[in-house]
Amino acid sequence: MKKVYIYKGFERFWHWTQAALIIFLALTGFEVHGSFSILGFEQAARYHRAASWMLIVLIIFAIFWHFVTGEWKQYIPTSKKLKEQIMFYAFGMFKGQKHPTKKSGLTKLNPLQRLVYLGFKLFLVPVTVISGILYMVHKTVDKNDTVVISNIPLEGIAFWHTLGAFLLMVFLVVHVYMTTTGHTPTSNIQAMITGYEELEEDDEETTSEKEINKIDNNEKNT
Amino acid sequence: MKKAILIIIGAVLFALVLTNLLQSEEYYNLKLEKLKQEHAIKPVSSVDHTKFEILQQEFATPQDVTEACISCHTERHREVMNSSHWNWERISYIEGRGIEASGKSNVINNFCIGAQSNEQACAKCHIGFGMSNNHFDFENARNVDCMVCHDNSEAYIKGASTAGYPDRSVNLSQVAQHVGQPTKHNCGSCHFNGGGGNNVKHGDLEQALLGCDRDVDVHMAANGMDMSCTACHTAENHQMLGKLYSVSSDNTHRATCEQCHTNTPHFDPIINRHNAKVSCQTCHIPEYAKVNATKMAWYWSESGKLKDGEPYTVDDEMGNHIYTSIKGTFKWATNAKPDYMWFNGTANLYLLGDTIDEKPLILNNLHGSHDDGESKIIPVKVHVGDQIYDKVHNILIQPKLHGTEKGDSAFWIDFDWPKAAEAGMRQVGLPYSGEYGFIETVMYWPVNHMVAPKDQAVGCAECHTRSNDGRLAQLSGFYLPGRDYNKPLDFAGIFLFFASLGGVLIHAAIRILVSIKKKRFEMKVIDYENEQQI
Repeated sequence: MKKVYIYKGFERFWHWTQAALIIFLALTGFEVHGSFSILGFEQAARYHRAASWMLIVLIIFAIFWHFVTGEWKQYIPTSKKLKEQIMFYAFGMFKGQKHPTKKSGLTKLNPLQRLVYLGFKLFLVPVTVISGILYMVHKTVDKNDTVVISNIPLEGIAFWHTLGAFLLMVFLVVHVYMTTTGHTPTSNIQAMITGYEELEEDDEETTSEKEINKIDNNEKNT
Repeated sequence: MKKAILIIIGAVLFALVLTNLLQSEEYYNLKLEKLKQEHAIKPVSSVDHTKFEILQQEFATPQDVTEACISCHTERHREVMNSSHWNWERISYIEGRGIEASGKSNVINNFCIGAQSNEQACAKCHIGFGMSNNHFDFENARNVDCMVCHDNSEAYIKGASTAGYPDRSVNLSQVAQHVGQPTKHNCGSCHFNGGGGNNVKHGDLEQALLGCDRDVDVHMAANGMDMSCTACHTAENHQMLGKLYSVSSDNTHRATCEQCHTNTPHFDPIINRHNAKVSCQTCHIPEYAKVNATKMAWYWSESGKLKDGEPYTVDDEMGNHIYTSIKGTFKWATNAKPDYMWFNGTANLYLLGDTIDEKPLILNNLHGSHDDGESKIIPVKVHVGDQIYDKVHNILIQPKLHGTEKGDSAFWIDFDWPKAAEAGMRQVGLPYSGEYGFIETVMYWPVNHMVAPKDQAVGCAECHTRSNDGRLAQLSGFYLPGRDYNKPLDFAGIFLFFASLGGVLIHAAIRILVSIKKKRFEMKVIDYENEQQI
């Protein structure tokens, strides 16, 4: 085993801030939705708006970071070993089998993670954020200081926003649980806090690098 | 070093966000302070009417006072005679009806029903003299009553059933010398007493406003701005701003909160944006009839009962009549929570002779819906009751209620509905079949006064709630966050959430079981080895 630096400073900051904001937004959001009452509607709505702007800013920074550092390539989906990964979570891990894929600084994500996180980034977050922004701006104040309401029915906006929220909650549950499936139950979480994770030493790291390069080349070719 | 700087920047940002979110100190609302300052300065008259020679005479008739007024204010009577205060009707376009003259002269309400055939008494609230029947001369300027609106001495009162003439006790010379801008007393002498008593009709306009505190009305409070009615209901050439949809029907010349407070009076933009669909009154008038009770229901069908041949009244513990032989049964309310409706500023009123096409009959149908761009949610007082109608012609009956002596068909003296109906309908020129019944009717009274201090405004959760007691629980046609939700989506979402929670718990349980088994197995092996060693 050796300690490998996997999650960079910004990445960890982004991850935990996003996690905190999403949980906070869920609590306040479902209160606005009428599911329960903690802060009271007025405060819940107020904090929900404030937190949503923070999340939007954070997401903008995160997108920038992903492109500048090239980290976005981690999310390129692959079907290779996808089935094995699923079989591992479903059966293999009970039998004490090893992870079918190796984790390294260059391939942080297994094929299943790649697919799920890509869906998270390309579908779940955009649907929730865009419907959220529409929710906020479907009434506006015009140049004459008069309040106008645009013709987007709130019912539809609210549907997509609520759908996104429910799916995010499902993601949250499964995601938090999956962190316990690492080398030890807490090793993944520790890695996301410190940046370092103890990974098995072997020379497959080079092959992983090759894989990445191969994908890179494919990208260029297409 | 770099890390330290980053931490400091992060901490400062966090602190800024927190202070911004948690700060509860009130900003100084300059917009509001400016308005307060403007209205703190009360207008002072530039003339002293006691000094005018023409007013220092003994007036024989109130018409002589009017002539004296007109001798200086030479054209004002023309303006007055163009007003609905004088004509008791206004020409307006009514959807589905066209251009119509409507107003007190031809509408019917479910309080004292209507003025026609009862002018002798009802003219107490007409700004003229001598309206004793339906032959009043609306062209005669001498009959304009200037004093009822402009008396500042609080000494002028109109007599009871004197066709609009002042009470005999009034010293006309004294009143004529003390005239000025209308005060709450002037407007209130009629508008507080509609329906036959204080606060009966409106619920938000009553004598308590002459000297109330800010909890009752922030604008008119004696310990607040002490604004007069005309501060908002401004007038140009005697055409007042403001109307109520018990007698009005079009969306013009309305007095609005926005005319002073603008469309965006709040610091919070989200609250400002509510103004697109929610009127100011909806949140800022949490309840009406805050001091004295207002009538909520009036059942004419129960009138006419006599005790030993004499009419009688029954009062509740607050002193409000709950039964009178002449009028029937009443229901009252204080501190009433308004009902809420969509309203676009237009209404269709039941006019004399209209066919009854619905039951219960809505006497003033307020138009509006969420999808109509002009509509906003407004608070209303709903007044219900039943009243007399012609079963054959299917129209409401204007009965003759008020009379001066026995035998002139007036219901309030003779207690004879057929005669009262016949006499009333004859005077308005409508047929009466002889068969009458009582029909349930509904009236909507928009609530615009008794604005509460801002800390008493309706809170968000009073509407944004799934509770059936929510203020807007009955209002449909739109999606209200906190109240509405997509039921299938919620069901599916909650199911999926708990299913995934259950799924991971089962997965975890299997893992734990497997690891325990494995541990036992390993321990066994170790034990076995130990045994071997021993």
